[in-house]
Amino acid sequence: MQHTISVLVKNEAGALSRMTNLFSARGYNIESLTVSTTLDTKYARATIVVTHCDDSVIEQILKQLHKLIPVIKVCDLTPENSTTLELVFIKVDSKNEVGELLKIAEAFGVKVIDVSPKTYTLQAVCNEKQLKSLVELLRPIGIKDIVRSGAVSINVKSE
Amino acid sequence: MTNKIITKELTGSQVFLECLKNEGVDTIFGYPGGVILGIYEAFYHEKKIKHYLVRHEQAAIHAAEGYARVTGKCGVAIVTSGPGATNTITGIANAYLDGHPLVVFTGQVSASLIGNDAFQEADIVGITRSCSKHNYLVKDIKDLARVIKEAFYIANTGKKGPVVIDLAKNVLDAKIEFEYPKEVDLEGYNPTYKGNPKQISKALQLLCNAKRPAIISGGGVLSSEASEELTELAKLLNVPVATTLMGIGTYPMNDQMALGMLGMHGNYWANYAISNCDVLFSIGTRFNDRITGPSKEFAKNAQIIHIDIDPCSISKNVTANIPIVGDAKIVLQAMLEEFKAKNYEINKENKREWFEQIEEWKKQRVIPEIQSEKLHVHTVLEQIYEYTKEYEPIVATEVGQHQMWTAQAFNFTKPRKLLTSGGLGTMGFGFPAAMGACLADKNRLVLNIAGDGSIQMNIQELATCVEYNLPVKVMIMNNGYLGMVRQWQEKLFDRHYSETKISGPDFVKVAEAYGAKGIRIKKKEEIIPALKEAIEYQGPVFLDFIVEPFEMVYPWVLAGTPIDKVILSRKE
Repeated sequence: MQHTISVLVKNEAGALSRMTNLFSARGYNIESLTVSTTLDTKYARATIVVTHCDDSVIEQILKQLHKLIPVIKVCDLTPENSTTLELVFIKVDSKNEVGELLKIAEAFGVKVIDVSPKTYTLQAVCNEKQLKSLVELLRPIGIKDIVRSGAVSINVKSE
Repeated sequence: MTNKIITKELTGSQVFLECLKNEGVDTIFGYPGGVILGIYEAFYHEKKIKHYLVRHEQAAIHAAEGYARVTGKCGVAIVTSGPGATNTITGIANAYLDGHPLVVFTGQVSASLIGNDAFQEADIVGITRSCSKHNYLVKDIKDLARVIKEAFYIANTGKKGPVVIDLAKNVLDAKIEFEYPKEVDLEGYNPTYKGNPKQISKALQLLCNAKRPAIISGGGVLSSEASEELTELAKLLNVPVATTLMGIGTYPMNDQMALGMLGMHGNYWANYAISNCDVLFSIGTRFNDRITGPSKEFAKNAQIIHIDIDPCSISKNVTANIPIVGDAKIVLQAMLEEFKAKNYEINKENKREWFEQIEEWKKQRVIPEIQSEKLHVHTVLEQIYEYTKEYEPIVATEVGQHQMWTAQAFNFTKPRKLLTSGGLGTMGFGFPAAMGACLADKNRLVLNIAGDGSIQMNIQELATCVEYNLPVKVMIMNNGYLGMVRQWQEKLFDRHYSETKISGPDFVKVAEAYGAKGIRIKKKEEIIPALKEAIEYQGPVFLDFIVEPFEMVYPWVLAGTPIDKVILSRKE
């Protein structure tokens, strides 16, 4: 099962490396990882998506992360109590089926941010499932490249 | 004119020493080098802190750990950058796995050179990240005192462990008005000491109702000084106690309810009691594979209560039914109070069968095989134990057969008397650790039980022992083999002794060459006179016991098999 873990960590040299090192040293898989400072720049927030692990492994990951000295708080976010989205850029072949392309873009709320004779560049903000459908629909038109930011997640039901 | 009091500015090197004094450090092990010359200049003028010059940086860390294990205080070591720092890794990893507090200072090139592949530059913060509890790189003198304060606090609280401080050269040369912080401010670091009261009641209830209860006491009981509480509670609840290798001494081995060590080379009855118990009360152990065997087979009919200060240790290897995160001493005290305050009833009668069964298992002892005219290690160790027990010696070991035989032969009754590398299994640990022990408890007899393989891994420290007159009595069980590996090859690889026959120097001559004493012992009747001579001699001694090469350590549980599959002799 996929888990999204939100980690509040001191914004100091080596903090990110401590977290990633923990994953590699203990053999856990990272699906995606994003880190940036919070409102208070003393802290940073990391959103880590992990896959292929059972509950006991997730429990270990949460506890091991919490054990790191610069880590302040660790949350295992579930789909019920949180929203998870990512930013995705997709380069699509524009030589054919532009009408179809624009229809799909509109249906998904996707912005066209660049147009060139050969390529349309799209910008999507979506979750994993939406991205999957989007990619499936665009694939026949011709996807040239895709760049993903990795998921960010926020707890929306607690306050 | 200003009214400001003018305090003298100190260099980073002087700040370093002032911080150590504030932490009560009086002993430090180390080795100088280019980037830390400033610190050694400060040592030159220092009266309160004694620096011990080792002969290899690895030994500095083991010596500091030996010191920490005996005193319970932080061990401290300092080395230079680059190779000086990388030589400490085994020592740091050893302290990390066994959970002993160290603060290790490494030199680093000046901040402006970091990342340039400068002379003797190594990314020691990167290298030690996964084998230390925490680490710091100090690039600005303003951070120095705070970092040192934090490091000592982190090393010696919670699950204890080594903290590394990498000191850039420019920090040591810079100047600052020194002030030692009174408090630490570590927002993300709050170890849990008190156990959850509800869990404590549940655990007591379960233990009271148990018919076949057993306790495992681990290194956590030693770290939190909880032996007294453990002994009192075990007696009150009428529960037998097994110990892990790291827990040896936390429960008196000569007590009637002691099961002794469990695990791969543990007692038959300890392994059987743990395998057959209905309630397992485990304190301060992470259930290492050397004590559990395959974890699915381990204590499979037992409800498991697990106290540990490190939440990560709980339900990592063995799932706990009643997890209690907390410090062993504080939780055991709370259990004692709760037990005395409420009406818990102990039914001793319903445990009678259990104790009878354990007595029955206790008949399954190893009968040592006599294979030749040569000395046998079990006889040698028995005699060493009997001869030295009145001194209550500190016994360090290396790693291998002699280590397991020592754990079995010495009836340790007090904690902090056995210094052995459990988690990492580091050959070469014992000798320098014994040096640290000599300085930690200056009038105590300190033994290092070694093999002829292990002793060669840090034999250079004999020079350190001679220089400072650290009277370690090194008992070398010289069988000409890497005995433990040979034992596995005999059983599992058809006696293919691949690279396990190992030669060594004439240890008596080596001792003499270093200016120490050397004694060779080949016959039984030479043992006692040799021990007498060694103990009377006021300095380090190598005792070279020439022993039977093909002796095997029993009991033995083969790796990957459940711990009740105990082999007691070659015939099995």
